[in-house]
Amino acid sequence: MKRKIATANKVLMLKVVIHLAAFLPLFNLYTLAFNDLLGADPVQRVIHFTGIGAFNLLLLTLTVSPLAKKFKQGYILPVRRLLGLYAFSYAFMHILNFLAFDLQFAWSLFFNEIIKRPYITVGMIAFVLLAALAITSVNRLKRKMGKSWQSLHNFSYLITVLVAIHFYWSVKSELISPLFYFILTLILLAFRYKKIKALLLSIVKKK
Amino acid sequence: MLIKTAKSYDLKESDVTPEDVYLNRRELLKGMGFLGAGALLATASANANAGWFSKDEPIKFKTTPLKYTPDTNPDKLILTPESKVISHNNFYEFGAQKQQPQELAQNFNVNPWQLTIGGACDKPITLDYHDLTSMFPLKERIYRLRCVEAWSMVIPWIGFSLADLLKKVAPNASAKYVLFETLDDPEQMPGQANRRLGGGIAYPYVEGLRLDEAMNPLTLMSVGLYGKTLPPQNGAPIRLVVPWKYGFKSIKSIVSITLVSQQPQTTWHKLAPKEYGFYANVNPEHDHPRWSQASERHITTGGLFARNRIKTLAFNGYGEQVAHLYKGMNLRQFF
Repeated sequence: MKRKIATANKVLMLKVVIHLAAFLPLFNLYTLAFNDLLGADPVQRVIHFTGIGAFNLLLLTLTVSPLAKKFKQGYILPVRRLLGLYAFSYAFMHILNFLAFDLQFAWSLFFNEIIKRPYITVGMIAFVLLAALAITSVNRLKRKMGKSWQSLHNFSYLITVLVAIHFYWSVKSELISPLFYFILTLILLAFRYKKIKALLLSIVKKK
Repeated sequence: MLIKTAKSYDLKESDVTPEDVYLNRRELLKGMGFLGAGALLATASANANAGWFSKDEPIKFKTTPLKYTPDTNPDKLILTPESKVISHNNFYEFGAQKQQPQELAQNFNVNPWQLTIGGACDKPITLDYHDLTSMFPLKERIYRLRCVEAWSMVIPWIGFSLADLLKKVAPNASAKYVLFETLDDPEQMPGQANRRLGGGIAYPYVEGLRLDEAMNPLTLMSVGLYGKTLPPQNGAPIRLVVPWKYGFKSIKSIVSITLVSQQPQTTWHKLAPKEYGFYANVNPEHDHPRWSQASERHITTGGLFARNRIKTLAFNGYGEQVAHLYKGMNLRQFF
C-alpha cells in the first residue's frame, strides 16, 4: 500500500516536471514574441522553436519504454501520453505559426505549399497521423478501440521517421543537426527492432 | 574631380577625431555623475526581461559616423529599424542563425584592411581601410533588401557606386564578369572554423556579377548604414549591395574584386545549383524549389501580429533601372 502511494507520488512529480518543462518555454516564447522582444523576426523564431520542440518531445516519448524496460521502472510508462500530447501541441503551434504569422492566413498559399513542397507534404502527413494518436489517447476511446488502438499507435514510429525527413529537407545547408536527429531516431527505433520487423512483415503478408 | 574629393576626406578625418568622446559618451556621463538610481533600476529590469533568450553582452565593435549626401527617399519607403537591421543577418562566417553574427562578430578587426581590385584591367589597385571611406564621395541609398528566404527589409546604406571603382582600374576587353571574395580568416570568423556553426557552405564566400550589372548605377559598394560605418555583422568594412537581386548576392567583408572573362562559380550556386542561380534576380514568378517567391514578409516593427506579408515585385521593384539588362533572356532558365 505504502509502496503504491510512493509510486503514485513519483508519477505525479514526473508529470509536474513535464508540465513545467514543456509549458513554461512555450509561454515565455509567445510573451516575448507578442511584444517584439524575440529578435528581428519573431515569426521565424517561433516556427523553429515549436518545430524542433515537437521533435524533441516526440523522441522523448519514444525514450520512455526502453528506459522503463532497462531500469525496470514500469511506473513511468503512463507519462508517454502526456509527452505525446505535448508533442502534438507543439506540432499544432508549429503549423499555426506558419499559417497565422508567416502566411498570415493566405489559405490558398497554405494549401499550395502543402501540395507543392515535398518537405511540407511529409510534415503535414506526420501531423495528421499525430493528431489521430492525440484524439484516440482519451481513455474511453482507447477501451472502445481494443486491439486496433495499439495498431494505430504503432504509427508513432512512422511519424518520427517522417518528421526526421521533414527536418532534413527543410534545412538550407547545415546538415549536421538534422543528421544527428536522424541517428537519434534510428537508435530509438532500433530498441524496437523485433516489433517493427514483425509489423513490416505483417504488412507484406497482407498484400 | 577625384583629387578634390580626397581633400574633403582630410576634413572628414579631423571631424572623426572626437570619435572617442562620442563612443565613450556613456562613460563620460557616468563620470559626470548623471547616472541616477532610477537609470540603474531601468537597466536592471530591461536586462531581466531579455534574460531568457538574448545575451546581454555589450556591443563592443565601434562604428563611426560618416559624412555623406543623404537620400531624399522619394518613394517614402519605411525603414526597418536599425536594431533589426543589425541583429538579423545571414553572415554564415559568424554563425548560420540570424542572431549569431551580432553575437559572434563584435571582436572582428577591420583595420587594417586590404581590398585588391585586379584581374582583366589596366590599372589594378589596392585600397586600405581609410581609402574605403575616402576615395569617393559617399552617398546614402535607401534600398529594399529581399532575402531569398522570402523576408525583406528597407535599409539606408552609405557607399559609392561600384561603377566608379571599376572605372578607376580600367577594365580591358576580356573583362566580362566581376568576381568578389570575402575575407578568409577562420581565426576571426568562427563559422569558417566550425562546419556546424558555419552552415556547411564552402569558404571563402564567392559572388559574381556580369560586368554590365556591376556597372549599373544602382550597384553599390557599401561602407555604412544608418549614418555610421558598417557593423561587422552587416559586412564591415565594405560590402556589395545589389538591390534587385536576392540578398545572398550582396557579398560582405570583401577583400578582392577581380575582373574575369568567364562566369564565376558562386558559393550558393555551387552548393545547390537547382536552388540558387548565378543571376538570382528577384522574381515572384520563379519559386525557390522549397518555397514560394510570390510574396514576402516585410520586417519593420511589430511582433508576431505584424501584418507584413506583401507581394514581391519583379526585380524587387527596380525593373525600370535594370530590366533592360536581361532583354531576350529566359529568366526561368537563367534564374
